Amino acid sequence: MEKILDIRDLHVSFKTFGGEVQAVRGVNLELYRGETLAIVGESGCGKSVTANSIMRLIPTPPGEIKDGSILFKGQDMTQLSDKEVRKIRGVDISMIFQDPMTALNPTLTVGDQLTEGLRQHRSISRKEADKQAMEMLTLVGIPNPVERMKQYPHEFSGGMRQRIVIAMALICDPELLIADEPTTALDVTIQAQILQLFQKIQKQTGVSIILITHDLGVVAKIADRIAVMYAGKVIETGTRKEIFYTPQHPYTRGLLHSVPRLDQKGEKLIPIDGTPPDLFSPPEGCPFAARCPMAMEVCTKVYPFHSKLSRTHDVDCWLQDERAKKYMASTY
Amino acid sequence: MAKYILKRFIYMIVTVFIIATLTFFLMNLLPGSPFNEERTTNEAVQRNLEAHYHLDEPLVVQYVLYLKSIVTLDFGPSIKQPTETVNSLLGRGFPISAELGIWTILIALISGVALGVFAALKHNGVIDYIAMTIAVLGISIPNFVLATLLIQQLAVNLGVLPAATWSSPQHMVLPIVALATGPMAIIARLTRSSMLETLTQDYIKMARAKGLSPAKIIVKHALKNALMPVVTILGTLLAGVLTGTFVIEKIFAIPGMGKYFVEGINQRDYPVIMGTTVFYSAFLVLMLFLVDIAYGILDPRIKLHKEGGK
Repeated sequence: MEKILDIRDLHVSFKTFGGEVQAVRGVNLELYRGETLAIVGESGCGKSVTANSIMRLIPTPPGEIKDGSILFKGQDMTQLSDKEVRKIRGVDISMIFQDPMTALNPTLTVGDQLTEGLRQHRSISRKEADKQAMEMLTLVGIPNPVERMKQYPHEFSGGMRQRIVIAMALICDPELLIADEPTTALDVTIQAQILQLFQKIQKQTGVSIILITHDLGVVAKIADRIAVMYAGKVIETGTRKEIFYTPQHPYTRGLLHSVPRLDQKGEKLIPIDGTPPDLFSPPEGCPFAARCPMAMEVCTKVYPFHSKLSRTHDVDCWLQDERAKKYMASTY
Repeated sequence: MAKYILKRFIYMIVTVFIIATLTFFLMNLLPGSPFNEERTTNEAVQRNLEAHYHLDEPLVVQYVLYLKSIVTLDFGPSIKQPTETVNSLLGRGFPISAELGIWTILIALISGVALGVFAALKHNGVIDYIAMTIAVLGISIPNFVLATLLIQQLAVNLGVLPAATWSSPQHMVLPIVALATGPMAIIARLTRSSMLETLTQDYIKMARAKGLSPAKIIVKHALKNALMPVVTILGTLLAGVLTGTFVIEKIFAIPGMGKYFVEGINQRDYPVIMGTTVFYSAFLVLMLFLVDIAYGILDPRIKLHKEGGK
């Protein structure tokens, strides 16, 4: 499988009046052609910042990519000029935002917003652009595209708007689609429809998808691989099966325990106590140590090494150390 | 749409009627009359004059006569300048005042929006601070102070521009600058804050994610939304410019409508007061209507023709 995206040791910081927030602190991620990678984690863990960095959409200032590389098809996005980045945005990499109610410009017609990307990047006639836009609307499941093209965003429902946003993102036939919480602002029934739409589109176009979410239900439905982020770091990655059935990091386990399940009656949800660390001055050791039920002394002092459990399953945790394993075996 | 325009038209007529009525009675509350002068007139002459202009009739009769003059659009002759009719004064003054007003609004709009946009784009930078300092000064200095300052510095001391009257493009510079600075400053500040807010919107990020150029994002996506509050206050600004023309026309000795209006009041020239007031208010109400139409064009969410809607 071809590696389409390779993020190495990405550091992103934001300068604020209170000091520098280290939102992303050494993220490593890779994405293969045609797969869906879900990035999960709680609010403020750096998942959206990571996603925005890929397209260089971090507002600078105050944000800044401090270190690391983002290789998209072998090209380092962090080194490109603004003009070169603009040629990639919307063409090779597209993005879908969380709230469809605000992602569309209220003063422009849907048709105008759909075709402007096409007309910017491909030298085609208005008529041809309209034709492609209408085909795209049909693909994402919007009936009467001819009439709908002339309408304004306020004439659509939330679910319909998200379909339009998806159509907008797909119109130039991108190779990578980044969806930042695409279903969070939608009703549950609409959520399912939108996820189905993602699957259908991926099957038809072979687009690779990065899905950012805090909803593990969404992940379970469509992700091939999962990356769990915490306090600006990826702490565990693995296939959907590996993460759901054999989670290794105590944080991943905590996340899974805090999701309601239909197949286990009467079980109480176990929340993770405490709050994530302050990223103005992140802790030296494992950022989760303060909340971790299994924390050892070493966890608060040194960041754990990277363990490879299988070709696809990686985790950053001291519990993977041989000495910890031996100790656990002797006590439990 | 036709229904909406008709409805608005009826409102406009009612508004002008109310303004006209208020003006009529306020004017009659003013002490004095057109014929009260220092030199005493023969009593018989005085009575004849009053009878000629129906000033001896009861107020109600005068009011009805005056309403008739509005409906027929004939305000009769000026009392103080018997060779002129009010209509001829308006016909002569309006083009000049309109020229002054239109240039003022155009220049205030263009420079204000440009200043605001640049300030927003260079948010917290040097350009921002300079633009906002100009804006605060512009808002704080009344136009008559600015006008006299401009005359003193540019016309008297430096002698680069003519001090008064209205005959060539050079003559127009100072009055327009004096009148446009205030509205320009208000528009600049409003554009800046509105632009700053618009630039943080998701659809701007979406436009960036589409790979559009910064110029296109600003002009096509941001500006149209950012101008909405500016259009909203345009009506108020128009009223401000209109009243501003009274003062500015007086200072620069411009023979516009404002001059006749102010002179009319000072001399208790009743037909002139009434004629200019009705004309001014009708004009302003019409402009406000046009602003509302423009608002509907800019923002498709505002449906003008919706039944019972705004």
